[in-house]
Amino acid sequence: MQILKNKFIRFCADVLILAALFTLVQYFITTGLLNQYYQINLASMCINIILSVSLSLINGFTGQLSLGHAGFMAVGAYASVILTQMLGQPFIAGIFAACLAAGVCGFIIGVPTLRLKGDYLAIATLAFGEIIRVTLQNIDYVNGPAGVLGITKLTTWPWLFAAAVITTLVVVNLINSSYGRAIISVREDEVASELMGINTTKYKVIAFVIGAMFAGLAGAMYAHFFYIIKPETFNFLKSFDILVMVVLGGLGSTSGAIIAAIFITALTAALQSFPAIRMILYALILIIVMIYRPQGLMGNKELSRQTFGRIWSGRKNEHNRN
Amino acid sequence: MKRNGRKKIAAFIIMVFMLAIVAGCGGETKDTGDNAGDKAEKINVGVNVELSGGVASYGSNARDGAILAIEQANADGGVLGMQINPIERDCKSVADEAMSVSAALVGEKIVAQIGPLTSGNVAGSTPVMMDNKIPLIAPAATAANVTVDDKTGATRDYIFRVCFIDPFQGTLMAQFAADNLQAKSAVIYCDNSSDYGKGLAEYFEKTFIEKGGKIVAKEGFVKDDRDFRAALTKIKGLNPDFIYVPGYYQEVAPLIKQARELGITAPIGGPDGWDSPDMVSVAGNEALNNTYFTNHYSSQDQDPNVVKFVEAYKAKYNKDPDAFAALGYDAVQIMIQGLKDAGEADSVKLTEALENITDFQGITGKMSIDEQHNPVKAGVVIEFKDGKQVMNTRIQP
Repeated sequence: MQILKNKFIRFCADVLILAALFTLVQYFITTGLLNQYYQINLASMCINIILSVSLSLINGFTGQLSLGHAGFMAVGAYASVILTQMLGQPFIAGIFAACLAAGVCGFIIGVPTLRLKGDYLAIATLAFGEIIRVTLQNIDYVNGPAGVLGITKLTTWPWLFAAAVITTLVVVNLINSSYGRAIISVREDEVASELMGINTTKYKVIAFVIGAMFAGLAGAMYAHFFYIIKPETFNFLKSFDILVMVVLGGLGSTSGAIIAAIFITALTAALQSFPAIRMILYALILIIVMIYRPQGLMGNKELSRQTFGRIWSGRKNEHNRN
Repeated sequence: MKRNGRKKIAAFIIMVFMLAIVAGCGGETKDTGDNAGDKAEKINVGVNVELSGGVASYGSNARDGAILAIEQANADGGVLGMQINPIERDCKSVADEAMSVSAALVGEKIVAQIGPLTSGNVAGSTPVMMDNKIPLIAPAATAANVTVDDKTGATRDYIFRVCFIDPFQGTLMAQFAADNLQAKSAVIYCDNSSDYGKGLAEYFEKTFIEKGGKIVAKEGFVKDDRDFRAALTKIKGLNPDFIYVPGYYQEVAPLIKQARELGITAPIGGPDGWDSPDMVSVAGNEALNNTYFTNHYSSQDQDPNVVKFVEAYKAKYNKDPDAFAALGYDAVQIMIQGLKDAGEADSVKLTEALENITDFQGITGKMSIDEQHNPVKAGVVIEFKDGKQVMNTRIQP
């Protein structure tokens, strides 16, 4: 009973914190304290969070090196744009279509390729991303390489916030469920988990499809914020950008993925003032982080209430000693 | 104790992040406020170009041209008694970054933005410029819908360009064929699989007929075709004075080779899609004689303005200016002209002045801005002579 009560209190606290965060930012936006520049970077942050959290499910927790995340993002972006811009459907329909289309693609690509391991899977997914890009370049309905221009801006802060929160919630809860334990067992030792009676391919496909769906969601958010989508935007470099966030955050840490997504977005923005040496600085910072934190910023740890609690009590003890 | 130490490190790292985030966001824009303070001593101009990523070479060349123009203007005492202060930013060749950079530049109170280069990145920057009523001058974005909304047909108020849109080259080539080559009849053999080819063919036909010429036949090919002999045999029978082939070099090079093999000696013309070293290696020097294509600019142009520009550019950067450098230079030049016409460094007044620019003499030709914010301007015709690209003439519409 006590445990249940505690759980409920914690749940309420979470909801309150999230609501407060949402309201605060919304207040800043409506009062104009957060100008366009911050709003654009805020949107980038949320989209990157969705992307890195969804990829961390595939790369970090399931241990399957996927390099095709931008491909799923492209599928989502185009699916949602076709629905909202060309068929005149509401944004929510576009979002669902994006998730569905990307999920289906994830399933189609996942079933045959997830029997591959390591490098082979990486190359297969990389190829998939390129196939998507080249296919889109050759579809006249979406203007081929020129892309779709003048997309109505439908992505607003409430959508971004909801999308990021839902992504995180789904991934965290999945990881903490029995499915999640099966997924992690695949990462730890595929042979051993198979011997334990786990259908490894099934769990790999589940993780892959869910990851792909959220990449599609990110694509829909991206398309309706940044005014234009073209196949070139979703090339393999975009996939690597997302992978960098996941590795930087720590493979197997959702909070790490979130922190890294925020960090990378802020870093990119901060380095705008140094146009000539920007990419050098960016790479240098990544190298330094990887030298000092080879396991990623968070390793496989999570930043949670307990962590804050421990840090807090640690401080208090220090005070007492002094 | 050891565990505690590790925790402290974790806490420290988190704090560093928070700092980084705050610094990251705070670095760029200190205050919002209105655009383009006209009481400032300097005129801030944003240069938002691709300095890294896929099209970095376009961006850095255009940047070099733009900076050269700004330095020259500043050396001559500036504009309206003020110095121009270029603020360079890299948009990484991606549209979302172009948008973010534009928003950051708005925070720096720019009066106008030069760049980005490609149509897609200009599009990314567009909503920010429109919201803040600051003109964007695109040096090389050739897609028609950059300045005009496809759906409504309305001109985008604050988006300008100094390059002609692709199909306009059809007009230039028709003029060249009718006036310089004295062609009376022409055949259009067009790439039907691209808007590029179809648009060019349409503009060519219209102008050629206006000039009193006659289109005797229209043939088509599609991307990746390799055998053009059937259509070429038919064209040979018609014996036209000129053959227009709007398409890309991948198909055009074998097409020209086969045309010459069949004994077609008529001059063949095309657009800037021909501009590739592969033309010579596939078609051969011999076959390419008596073929012409239109382009934005040629560094061989003997026009005194161009010669002066090429010399100054070479002196500063120690390399030949390409079309992007020339267009970047012109983008700044036209902005300076606009500022002079407007009489003050105000972005809305500058926009009005830009709309009314007529007969402005730029490096890439004399230009007037039309109601769709496209320049009506000259182009150059380049001829293949024994495998070398040689400037033939400049065509003024």
